[in-house]
Amino acid sequence: MNGASQPSSQLQAEGSPVGREQRHESAHLHVAGRAQYVDDMALPAGTLHAAFALSSKAHAQITTLDLSAVLALPGVVDVALPADVPGENNYGGILQDDPIFTDTLVQYAGQPLFAVAARDELTARRAATLAKIAYEELPAVLDIRSAVASDNHVLPSQRLLRGTPNAALDAAPRRLYGHVAIGGQDHFYLEGQVAVALPQEDGGMLIWSSTQHPTEVQHIVAHAIARHAHEVTVQCRRMGGGFGGKESQPGLIAAAAAILAVKTGKPVKLRLDRDVDMLATGKRHDFIADYDVGFEADGRITALKVMMASRCGYSADLSGPVNDRALCHVDNAYFLENVEIVSHRCKTNTVSNTAFRGFGGPQGMMVIEQIVDDIARTLGLDPLVVRRRNFYGIGERDETPYGQRVDDNILDLITDRLVDSSRYDERRTAIAAWNAGNPVIKRGLALTPVKFGISFNATHFNQAGALLHVYNDGTVLLNHGGTEMGQGLYTKVLQVVAHELSIPTSAIRVSAADTSKVPNTSATAASSGSDLNGKAAQHAARRIRRRLEKHAAGLYGVAPSDVRFDNGQVHIGELKTLTFQQLVQGAYFARVPLSATGFYRTPKIHWDRVNLRGRPFYYFAYGAAVVEVAIDTLTGETRLLQVDILHDAGRSLNPAIDRGQIEGGFLQGAGWLTSEELWWNARGELKTHAPSTYKIPTAYDWAERTTIDLLEHPNREASIHRSKAVGEPPLMLGIAVWHAIRDAVASCATPGQLITLPAPATPEAVLRAIGKLRGEAWAA
Amino acid sequence: MDAFKEFRLTRRGLLRAGAVSVAAVAAPEVAAAPTATGRPPSHASIKLRVNGKEQELTLDTRTTLLDALREHLRLTGPKKGCDHGQCGACTVIADGRRINSCLTLAVMRDGADITTIEGLGQPGHLHAMQAAFVKHDGYQCGYCTSGQICSAVATLDEIRQGVPSHVTTDLNIPPPLTAAELRERMSGNICRCGAYSNIVEAITEVAGSAT
Repeated sequence: MNGASQPSSQLQAEGSPVGREQRHESAHLHVAGRAQYVDDMALPAGTLHAAFALSSKAHAQITTLDLSAVLALPGVVDVALPADVPGENNYGGILQDDPIFTDTLVQYAGQPLFAVAARDELTARRAATLAKIAYEELPAVLDIRSAVASDNHVLPSQRLLRGTPNAALDAAPRRLYGHVAIGGQDHFYLEGQVAVALPQEDGGMLIWSSTQHPTEVQHIVAHAIARHAHEVTVQCRRMGGGFGGKESQPGLIAAAAAILAVKTGKPVKLRLDRDVDMLATGKRHDFIADYDVGFEADGRITALKVMMASRCGYSADLSGPVNDRALCHVDNAYFLENVEIVSHRCKTNTVSNTAFRGFGGPQGMMVIEQIVDDIARTLGLDPLVVRRRNFYGIGERDETPYGQRVDDNILDLITDRLVDSSRYDERRTAIAAWNAGNPVIKRGLALTPVKFGISFNATHFNQAGALLHVYNDGTVLLNHGGTEMGQGLYTKVLQVVAHELSIPTSAIRVSAADTSKVPNTSATAASSGSDLNGKAAQHAARRIRRRLEKHAAGLYGVAPSDVRFDNGQVHIGELKTLTFQQLVQGAYFARVPLSATGFYRTPKIHWDRVNLRGRPFYYFAYGAAVVEVAIDTLTGETRLLQVDILHDAGRSLNPAIDRGQIEGGFLQGAGWLTSEELWWNARGELKTHAPSTYKIPTAYDWAERTTIDLLEHPNREASIHRSKAVGEPPLMLGIAVWHAIRDAVASCATPGQLITLPAPATPEAVLRAIGKLRGEAWAA
Repeated sequence: MDAFKEFRLTRRGLLRAGAVSVAAVAAPEVAAAPTATGRPPSHASIKLRVNGKEQELTLDTRTTLLDALREHLRLTGPKKGCDHGQCGACTVIADGRRINSCLTLAVMRDGADITTIEGLGQPGHLHAMQAAFVKHDGYQCGYCTSGQICSAVATLDEIRQGVPSHVTTDLNIPPPLTAAELRERMSGNICRCGAYSNIVEAITEVAGSAT
């Protein structure tokens, strides 16, 4: 939707760009193939191309590594081994347990052993396969249950306790035990991991990286090549998708390129081939959970004990905070008075899992949503009834297990409206009638809610910086610590600055994230991009506006408050009107500084990591989805029929972008829980490492009937223009797809019979779940 | 070079049977040859008409059309998403038909007329499909967009020419311009951001104005 389209909020009515469906800042470049990604950058003459050599064993000692054939291949220039790392051979951001090149111990199949630099990419990739490697294999732990059984952890387990769950379980009128199995997910950003390392004078290093976290890449590269932060500059104009996969992983790619660049003295480009990308870099954690729940006859939960365990892979990476967020989202929308959640962070001989949109939150929610669904099916109630009975209250039953009060609860508001607009009750009846009359094709319906905490759990990450230059021709260059991965952050921040200075968005140019412009940035993650960087840029713009107001007021003898910025014009009392450009030119001659930094730190939040108590989240984002599916009970195939979503983006900064985030997040969540299956063989080799075998949703998978509405409801907290973060929360709307499939499967059950359906609900899994309900031997 | 000429003719003959089978047969054989024999790669000179401009290139015969466009002609609109024909980010239009340029060796296209996203239109002079993608926000990160747009333009031509799809129910009448037809035909171009509904809206608008 272009810049001139319809107004959506009060601000727009006043002529502000905020709240408008401003088109993406790179729209004209995207459609013409002119938007530059790292792989598109023109390289200096003599740039070398690198490739990783990967291990073929899951757990082994390397006894021989013979690189003679690698080095003998014409076109190969050099290789990098652990001994060639000038500084620290590590890209682990929290613990130092992620080697860039593993030494002799191989900890997963697909682990980088060394990198080759050659004159062209094909030669580098061929050379990387020519090493003669002998392994002495070690016993490998390849699944979560085995890791739990052997206490194999990357980090200590955590326990979140509130109330007296044991006593409350004993006293509960009804009690249920069950298991939950949730698969992982590959990010499948269309642009794979890529970096170019360009040596600069006097030991400096410039890195072009596709990264959500330029500052971390800067630090990892600096440590790897034994330099300091001020000697390494990292730039990222845009990514072709990130989804969390480019939070900690790009450090590996950039560091390997930088090590080879130092060794050869030449620029080095490392772009992972898709298969290498999927084998060597981390994914969403798969989880298992065992639960023991006590509840009233009406479905209200009185006590809950959950054991959750996740596949972290061979190292810690971001698994600590991911699992903490999972812990903090087991409640989702529900009040859990007496609760104990134990979280095991399991070490396995598989790739180290990492951030992925939702960051553990989706897995936590999947656990409680299944528990609620199981309770409903045990009691013979519509799951929605049980969900609503357990919703957080307003003014009562409103404290989360970690001690934060839910003081912005709009669960009932959203659910009421959505039940109404989607005609949930009417369709529930119609589906029951359909299922009674159709033995083969069964339909299912589900409404699932989302309550997602906004802010990084680690309080110190909740800060951001911006840099704003006003040039004396009246044009503006905007920079901030956030990165653009398609989510529209740069567009939203552009709108915020245009609003503050009351100038057209065309007068402002957004520029690449760059560690030499804004330092010490946090990852663009945790949905916080607009909240943090929008505020920081607003701060910078306000500082400049105040200087201009003061200058104009002094010049014409009026009060600064009488200087009014209005759509490219500046009115100075009743006396004078200048263009923004004229005012800026005058200010320049009067030696008024026209550049400003901005800074923001999120207020109110605090978190006790030891006791798992505090207010980790500034606010909650809410939403709900109603999904209808059909399943074929003979083949297990599933089909999305209708989707109705109502989502809370606060007072939206840009409704078109937010709707895109909601649709895309929903579909990504649906893919995670249906078609996207990570499959390892018995040797621990991932066999779904390309789009030929790993299936993300296509255009054909969208429901034909889709309604997506934004709840126009200002944020209670003073976030940027009272908007709400929208990057991650909609992913969890996709949980409704899995529950709708479960509902359809349930139509094959006898009353009270429980359903065993893992996620993803692939056709095989659906067929097995039905077979099990029908007591078929093959499905047992 | 005589041997190469013969090889090329063979490939072009096969080409008429369909692009997918050609790639499946040709790519491994050609790529494997130098490794097996230890011979240096062979090169060939080819002519392409790219976005209306004649181009003469001397290429390693293993070079894909995608690499020829990106690395030799600096046309970086087509993207390398998976490099094995499963994602659609490299889609270009060759002699009027959409192809995955990563699955086609450049030498197999000698003499062909290639249109990339850059040739469809540029800012200020956008093709109707490009303009519709802007209007309907048919992208988020933009990485699949070049392929989506090239694929969409060719899809409408296919429907116009009466080429049926997997969901076409009646083969005796021209395929209808329905959302289901468009979504099925566009399912080879994946978008991880999930901008599909906007993409289909953009295509539908152009289809509507073209008929």
